[in-house]
Amino acid sequence: MDIPEKLKYSVEHEWLAEDGTVGVTAFAVEQIGDIVFVELPAVGSMIEATKPFGVIESVKAVSELFAPASGKVVAVNDALNDAPETVAADCYGAGWLIKVELTNPADLTALRDAAGYRDLIANQ
Amino acid sequence: MTKATADRATAPNSFAARHVGPRADDVRAMLATLGYDSLEAFTSAVVPESIRLRRPLALAPGLDEPGVLAVMRDLASRNKVFRSYLGQGYSGTVTPTVIQRNVLENPGWYTAYTPYQAEIAQGRLEALLNFQTVVSDFTGLEIANASLLDEGTAAAEAMAMTLAVVKHEGTPIFLMDAGCHAQTIAVVQTRAESRGVEVRVADPDAFEFGANVIGCLLQYPANDGGVRDFRGVAEKAHEAGALVTVATDLLALALLTPPGEWGADIAVGNSQRFGVPLGYGGPHAAFFATRDAYKRHIPGRIIGVSRDSSGKPALRMALQTREQHIRRDKATSNVCTAQVLLAVMASMYAVYHGPEGIRAIATRVHDRTTALAAALRGWGFALTHDAFFDTVSVGVTAEQQRGILAAGVARRINFRAIGTDRIVVAFDETVTAADLADVIACFHGGDEVTPPVPGVSAIPAALRRTSGYLTHPVFNRYHSETEMLRYLRGLESKDLSLTAAMIPLGSCTMKLNATTEMMPVSWPEFGAIHPFAPLDQTQGYAEMFRQLESQLAEITGFSAVSLQPNAGSQGEYAGLLVIRAWHRSRGDEHRTVCLIPASAHGTNPASAVMAGMTVVPVASDANGNIDVADLKAKAALHAPNLAALMVTYPSTHGVFEGSISEICAVVHEHGGQVYMDGANMNAQVGLCRPGDIGADVCHLNLHKTFCIPHGGGGPGMGPIGVAAHLAPFLPGHPVVSLGHAHAAGTVSAGPWGSPSILPISYIYILLMGAEGLTWATEIAILVANYVAKRLEGHYDLLYSGENGLVAHECILDTRPFKQSAGIEVEDIAKRIIDFGFHPPTVSFPVPGTLMVEPTESESKEELDRFIDALVAIREEIRAVESGAADRSNNVLKHSPHTLEQVISDSWDRPYSREQAAFPTPGLRERKSWPTVGRIDSAFGDRNLVCTCPPMEAYS
Repeated sequence: MDIPEKLKYSVEHEWLAEDGTVGVTAFAVEQIGDIVFVELPAVGSMIEATKPFGVIESVKAVSELFAPASGKVVAVNDALNDAPETVAADCYGAGWLIKVELTNPADLTALRDAAGYRDLIANQ
Repeated sequence: MTKATADRATAPNSFAARHVGPRADDVRAMLATLGYDSLEAFTSAVVPESIRLRRPLALAPGLDEPGVLAVMRDLASRNKVFRSYLGQGYSGTVTPTVIQRNVLENPGWYTAYTPYQAEIAQGRLEALLNFQTVVSDFTGLEIANASLLDEGTAAAEAMAMTLAVVKHEGTPIFLMDAGCHAQTIAVVQTRAESRGVEVRVADPDAFEFGANVIGCLLQYPANDGGVRDFRGVAEKAHEAGALVTVATDLLALALLTPPGEWGADIAVGNSQRFGVPLGYGGPHAAFFATRDAYKRHIPGRIIGVSRDSSGKPALRMALQTREQHIRRDKATSNVCTAQVLLAVMASMYAVYHGPEGIRAIATRVHDRTTALAAALRGWGFALTHDAFFDTVSVGVTAEQQRGILAAGVARRINFRAIGTDRIVVAFDETVTAADLADVIACFHGGDEVTPPVPGVSAIPAALRRTSGYLTHPVFNRYHSETEMLRYLRGLESKDLSLTAAMIPLGSCTMKLNATTEMMPVSWPEFGAIHPFAPLDQTQGYAEMFRQLESQLAEITGFSAVSLQPNAGSQGEYAGLLVIRAWHRSRGDEHRTVCLIPASAHGTNPASAVMAGMTVVPVASDANGNIDVADLKAKAALHAPNLAALMVTYPSTHGVFEGSISEICAVVHEHGGQVYMDGANMNAQVGLCRPGDIGADVCHLNLHKTFCIPHGGGGPGMGPIGVAAHLAPFLPGHPVVSLGHAHAAGTVSAGPWGSPSILPISYIYILLMGAEGLTWATEIAILVANYVAKRLEGHYDLLYSGENGLVAHECILDTRPFKQSAGIEVEDIAKRIIDFGFHPPTVSFPVPGTLMVEPTESESKEELDRFIDALVAIREEIRAVESGAADRSNNVLKHSPHTLEQVISDSWDRPYSREQAAFPTPGLRERKSWPTVGRIDSAFGDRNLVCTCPPMEAYS
C-alpha cells in the first residue's frame, strides 16, 4: 500500500503535507469503499486537531474526517463536488481535501511518520 | 399448550393451519432434526423459563373465516358512509377500479417488501419514480422523495430539515400559518418542543422574521379554503435567511401557481385525493419536495436512476447514507419507511388520468365550488374568502348553523362548523350535480333549487398556473383501461413478492397476509370514512379500536394501547415522548439520557434524539448480548439523569437473552424506564410478554407480527402499549378527543394512525385465537432453528442462546468468504436472486452477514428449497476457494443474471448459462427473473436523477 515518505499521518488516517495540504490515506480509501460525496468546510473556517472537519460518504457508510492539526482553512478542493471519486483514484494528489494554515505547529508532534503509520495499519 | 388445544388449532381446516406453513408431519421431522420430541420441549429449551407465560392468552378461541367476515360485516354496518365535505387535508376521491383491483387488492403489489434488492424491484421503483415526478411537477420543486407517513409528520420533517440546514443562534423559532390544519400544527409543535424549537402560530402577514427564525410553514390553500398570494412572505423569509415550507394540495396545484415558482423551499402535503381511499385517516402517502440544494437533507426514501452491470438504466434507492440506519443519532429524522402502496396508487392515478384528465378533474371540482359560492352569495350569505379552489367558508348565524348541519345530517352530508358563525364546505371529485343541489338545499331551508351554474374562477390571475405538468410520456400513454392494466401487470411482474417465493428478511417478519384479513380494507364502510366524521357515524370503528387495543394489551401485558403511531419508528418516538412526559410530570426534566445497545437498529438512536434525549451506547459481549456489566456501569454513572433504556427483545441478534429481567431491573433501580422495541415480537406472542419481562413501553409493528402487508415499503403501523402509570401520557389529538389526561403531544395526523388497515390485524387475532397465535410463535422459532441446523457445516451461525438455539431468526456469518474467496455478502445476496428467492437481510445487524427470518407461514418444502439454494451457493464459493473458479470472474460476482444476459449470443463467461440461470432443477418449473443486472449504486449517487428520465435513456 502506498504510504509516501514525505507526509505525516494521523491515527484517523488523514495525511498532512508540509505545505498544509490535508487528505485521506490509501488505507482509508480502501476501508470507505465507493466514494460518492465529500463535505468540506468553507475557506476561512478554523479546524481543530483531532476534531471532525468534514464528512466522506460511500454508498453504504458515512465517515467523519478528523483534522490532523489545528489551523485556518485556506483552500478547499472544489473539484470533489463533481468528482468525489477522485479521492479514491488519487488520494495523495488530485484527491486532496483542504489546505490549512497551521496555528499550532506543536500538533505535528502527535502525528506519525510513514514508518509509524505503516505499523499502525499493520495492526488493524 | 396441551394436546387438546393443539389439536383444535392445528385441525386441517382451521385458519391457523392455513396461516402456518408446515404440516404436522413436517413439524415432527423438523423437531427430529433438532433432537426434540415435542414442540413444548423445544420451546422450553429456547425461551427462558423465568419469563415464560405459563397460561394461555386471555383471548377468544379462533373463529373461522366466514365467521370473522360476519363479525366485520356487523362492524361495517355500524359505520355510516356520509358524504363528508369536511376537507382539512382529506378529500373524497374516486379510486379507478383498475387501480383498486390491480394494486390495492393485489398481493403482487401489497406483499412485496421495501425495494432494498433493486434488481427484483424495478416495477415498484418505476412507480415510485413516477410518484416523485408527479410531486416534483405539481409543486414546482426539483427533487421529491418517495413519500412520508402523513401530512403532519411531513410538515414536522420539513421543520427538522430546516433546523438542520439553517444556521441559528439561541432558541430557534419556527413560524406557522394559523391557516394550517390543526393536526399539522399539533404534530409540528410536538416535534418542535422536544427538539427545543419555539413554534409561533400567526397570520402570515404578521410573521416577524427576527434573528432566530429558521423558517415558516404556510398552508396553500388554507385550512378554511382561502388562497393567498404568499410571494411577499416568501421574500421576507428569504431576506432573513429563513426557509419557506408550503403545505399544499396536488389537485389544487393543477390550477394554482406551484409553490416552487413563488419562493417555496420545501413543499409537503397529502397525495390521498389522487385515488387513495379516505380510510378514516389513513394510510395515505404524504409527499415532500425541495430544492436540489437540500437533497442531502431530505428525510425518507428517495428513488434514483442509476445503471446496471450492462450499462442499462436501472432504478434503486438513492443517497441511503442520509438515513437513520447509517447515521443513527446524527440523522435528521428517524423515518425508515415510506407509504409505497399508497404512493403507487397515487402515481397510477396520475398515469391513468394524465395531465388533461387531472386538469379536467380539478376544473370540475373548482366549477362546482364556484357554483356553490355563486348560489350562496345570491341568497345573501357572506363568504370569508373570495379566492379559493375547492372549499368555501360561509358566514352564518348560530341558528342557521344548527339548521344547516341538521339538514346535512338528514341528507347524509357532513359539513364542518367553525365556532358558531361559520360553515365550511370542501368539495372533491366525487361531487355530482345532484350532490351540489343537495348541498345548496341544506343552505336554503331545504327547498328544492334549480341547478346552479359555475361562477367565474375564484383563482386570482396572479395565482393561476401557467406551467405544464406530467409531460413525460408515462403520463400520456396509458389512458385506456387495457393499456393501464398491462402497464400495471408489467410492472408487477418485475418484482418479487410473497406470491412468488419466500422473503426471508431478518427483522421483517414476511409472513402470510391472508386474503380474508385484507377483504374489509376496500369496503366503503371502512374505506370511505373521513377521519373527522362525527363519532356517532363511526361506531363500528370505535368498537374495533376498543377490542384491538384490549387484545394487544393482553398480548403485551400492558394496561393501555395507543393506535396512533403510523410506523415502528413513530412508535419509538411516541413511546419515548410518553416516558419523557412522565419524568417531567415528576419534576425530573433533567432525565434525558437514553441507553441504547450498540447492536440496536439505527432508528432507536434517531428516535431518542427526536424525543429530546441524549444517546449513551451500551456495549455488546462476545455472544452478541447486552454487556450487563457495561449496562450496570452506564446506568449507575448516569443514574441522576437516566431517562430510559431502549432494548429489542429477542435481541437484534435473534437471541432470547436470559439476562433481560435483570437488565430491566437495573434500569428501574436507577430511575429509568424500559422501552422495548417490538420489532421481534413474532418470537414472543403467547410465550412471554414485554410487560411481564419488565418493560414500561413497547411498540408493535402490526406490519410484521400482526399481518399488515408490507405494501412494497409501507404502509405500516406502530401502536404502543404502556404500563398503567404511563397511560395518561399517551398521544392526543387536537380535532378528536382521545381522553388521555396528560397527552404527550400528537405524533400522527390521524387520531388513530391508519385505521383502514387495522381490520387486518384485528381479523388475524380473531382467526387465530390464543392457541393459534401461540402455535404460530412456536413454529416461527422452530423453522428458524431448523434452517440454522441444516446449514451447519456450510455457514457459521453467528450467535445463539442457551442450548445453541436461536429465536425466530438467525445470522449467517458470511464474512470469512471475503478472505477465502474474495466473495462478499453482496455477491451471495445477489446470487440468491438467481435461485428465485428474495435475499435475507444484508449487513444488519452485523455488517457482512445475512440474517434469515423464515416465519411460521412458509412450508417445509419452501424452507428446504431455500436451504438447498444456500448450500448450492456455498459449493460455488468452495469452487472459488479451491481455485476451480476464478476469484473475480465467477458466477457469484456476475449475479444476478437476467434473461437477456443468459440468452445473449455473446455469452463469454467461464461458467455455463445453465449454471447461471437454472442452478437447481426446480427453477425450470418456477423462477422469478431479475429484470436488470447488478446495479451500480455509486454511479447513481454521484449523478443524482430522481424524476423520470427522458425516454431516449431507455433506447
